[in-house]
Amino acid sequence: MNRACLWLVSLAIAGAGSAPAATIASAPIPGGRFESVLPPAPNAKETVVAPFRLDAALVSNADFAAFVGKHPEWRRDRIAGLFADEGYLRHWAGAADPGPALARQPVTQVSWFAASAYCEARGARLPRWYEWEFVAAASATQPDARDDPAWRQQILDWYSKSARGALPVVGATPANYFGIRDLHGVVWEWVEDAGSMLVSDDSREQGDPNRNRFCGTGALSFEQKDNYAMMMRIAMLSSMKAAYSSSSMGFRCAR
Amino acid sequence: MTRNTIAMLLVAALLAACGESEHAASTHPVGPTGGSLKGDFGPAQGEAVHAVLTSPPEVPAATNRKQPAKVIVELEVIEVDKQIAEGVTYTFWTFGGTVPGSFIRVRQGDTVEFHLKNHPNSKMPHNIDLHGVTGPGGGAASSFTAPGHASQFTFKALNQGLYVYHCATAPVGMHVANGMYGLILVEPPEGLPPVDKEFYVMQGDFYTVGKYREKGHQAFDMQKAIDENASYVLFNGAEGALTGPQALKAATGQHIRMFIGNGGPNLVSSFHVIGEIFDKVQYEGGTHFQENVQTTLIPAGGAATVEFHLEVPGNYVLVDHSIFRAFNKGAVAILEVSGAPRADIYSGKQLDEVYLSDRLADPAAIVTAAQASASGTLTKDQQAKAGEVLFKGTCSACHQDTGAGIPNVFPPLAKSDFLLADHKRAIGIVLNGLTGPVTVNGATYNSVMPPMSQLNDDEVANILTFTLNSWGNSGGAVTAKEVAQVRATTKRAEGAAH
Repeated sequence: MNRACLWLVSLAIAGAGSAPAATIASAPIPGGRFESVLPPAPNAKETVVAPFRLDAALVSNADFAAFVGKHPEWRRDRIAGLFADEGYLRHWAGAADPGPALARQPVTQVSWFAASAYCEARGARLPRWYEWEFVAAASATQPDARDDPAWRQQILDWYSKSARGALPVVGATPANYFGIRDLHGVVWEWVEDAGSMLVSDDSREQGDPNRNRFCGTGALSFEQKDNYAMMMRIAMLSSMKAAYSSSSMGFRCAR
Repeated sequence: MTRNTIAMLLVAALLAACGESEHAASTHPVGPTGGSLKGDFGPAQGEAVHAVLTSPPEVPAATNRKQPAKVIVELEVIEVDKQIAEGVTYTFWTFGGTVPGSFIRVRQGDTVEFHLKNHPNSKMPHNIDLHGVTGPGGGAASSFTAPGHASQFTFKALNQGLYVYHCATAPVGMHVANGMYGLILVEPPEGLPPVDKEFYVMQGDFYTVGKYREKGHQAFDMQKAIDENASYVLFNGAEGALTGPQALKAATGQHIRMFIGNGGPNLVSSFHVIGEIFDKVQYEGGTHFQENVQTTLIPAGGAATVEFHLEVPGNYVLVDHSIFRAFNKGAVAILEVSGAPRADIYSGKQLDEVYLSDRLADPAAIVTAAQASASGTLTKDQQAKAGEVLFKGTCSACHQDTGAGIPNVFPPLAKSDFLLADHKRAIGIVLNGLTGPVTVNGATYNSVMPPMSQLNDDEVANILTFTLNSWGNSGGAVTAKEVAQVRATTKRAEGAAH
């Protein structure tokens, strides 16, 4: 049912003339009660994810180039230093042009600020961590496959490869239960609340849970201790400041 | 200023106490050294020093400094695909591009300005926890670094010793299992006693989806890591990293110091060098050492400095003496020692004989005879004595200690007309075996004697001389030369030994 309507939906572009020309398919996510690896509070295990829509694939370099064309203040040669580090779009052929080889690959080397601005221009936003994690828990056949060891190992395999090869084109990985692609095995993804996850820099620190509600990555406070894939995502997100960019950090939008 | 003066005086006093003793044991103060409390020699002096980092198995040269300095360490984190065994690759996460990571050498009291750089191509954020750091997290929180960024923090190295460093980013076990560890040496203020060679070796355990030596690119296996069921246990990050052309090399007469670490993540090492005894082992940062150690335990996340003097040339095998790890998981390295043989200390093989536990005999007679034969002074009596020992090991199972054989099965040698009639034929039978009927003392035997060509000429001669002079036999002797002649002119059965 979800998948049936997926490809019929083109995301409405908010604000005439201010958005990229590309239309990006999204899918409805029903939401529901969810046990995150990061418990919402010291004594709470579950969180509730409200229904939302999520891009079915990652944002590509071509998508992002269209945005930069309309909003030149986000070109790498014009962006304010506050919003991006030196790696910002460094891999593109030109200041506003990724070049043909990269066009259909997911955009990387983008800061959280730039990713947020892109989504905003589309009348959308970055997904929140719980939303992203909820959707990423699904395998092709189950909405929550996190206890399936084979599925988990398949995800871990990506982490066992170095990041030097070319990225696949967007949407090339199989759709999951919700009809969403590219969640695993392609790139990391920015989330809207990446800056407020407040995880400890030293993952073994137990800390005082009252002092820091999300002291989440420590060995004792982390739920689902064998969910290495999610631990690594959280570690990656917490190492990134909003202006940082990385060759393996991309994004998609939600509404 | 005053504090520095005191520190200098302290160092001077220690050096003065050093004496002339050959092993320089007295450079290590006796009694408590005060640990971190006495490790602060005041602010850094002089120009900042850029630390020279080395890849394993190399060790940077001694600092040779007499005062605390500011030392700048720049370490880069790189994720690399490398060979873990022949035909097997693995994505290692490394400090400096190698497993273990670059070796860092500073002096107690140094102020270390640490720069951790995470390569832009890295997929992961990383940090570093140095066990030689005094401060929460050992630097981990201060060095948490996203790909394509660099972090800086500074610490004073208060405790001397050999310390492990490792990545402490979640999931810590996986970062360590992927090779993120190394050693930092904090030299005592007076430095370490000089040696001829220093080596850097570190053990680690690895967990791959495929079995040990299963070809292709292997992914990290989380469940095996949690179960502590290692696919590989390795020295310096790859099977064969320290064997063949990459073997550690030294020469007889040299004093060797090895900085041995264990990155884990799970397994404790029973570190042993086959054929050597560690003259000295300093555990962790110990200022005192243990002597004459055969096997030393190196905990995961721990280290030891071992020293030994090389007397005898040859290959010395470094193993984890949890020995299946050496034979089935790769925990083997080689120290190749060149030099002139030292037969006075170790002879090499002097004897290879059949050994039957219920026929224990003193092999000294064989050695005596072999030496006499070599020097041309061999007597019949020496031959017979050596032959007796060999006979008991090789022949008596069939022909019996009494030489009487077993009726209808094994022919007698005692008063045997067949044996005594033809010495040359007897030599041929020992060397080449005998199949088919023979008549001995009027009785027919139809049996099989296997060729005993594994015996050397001396041994065959001695056995036959023994039989000719035992059990009332008529005497006589067989020489090694006669045996050699028969060996050269007769054909042995196919498959016969040698």
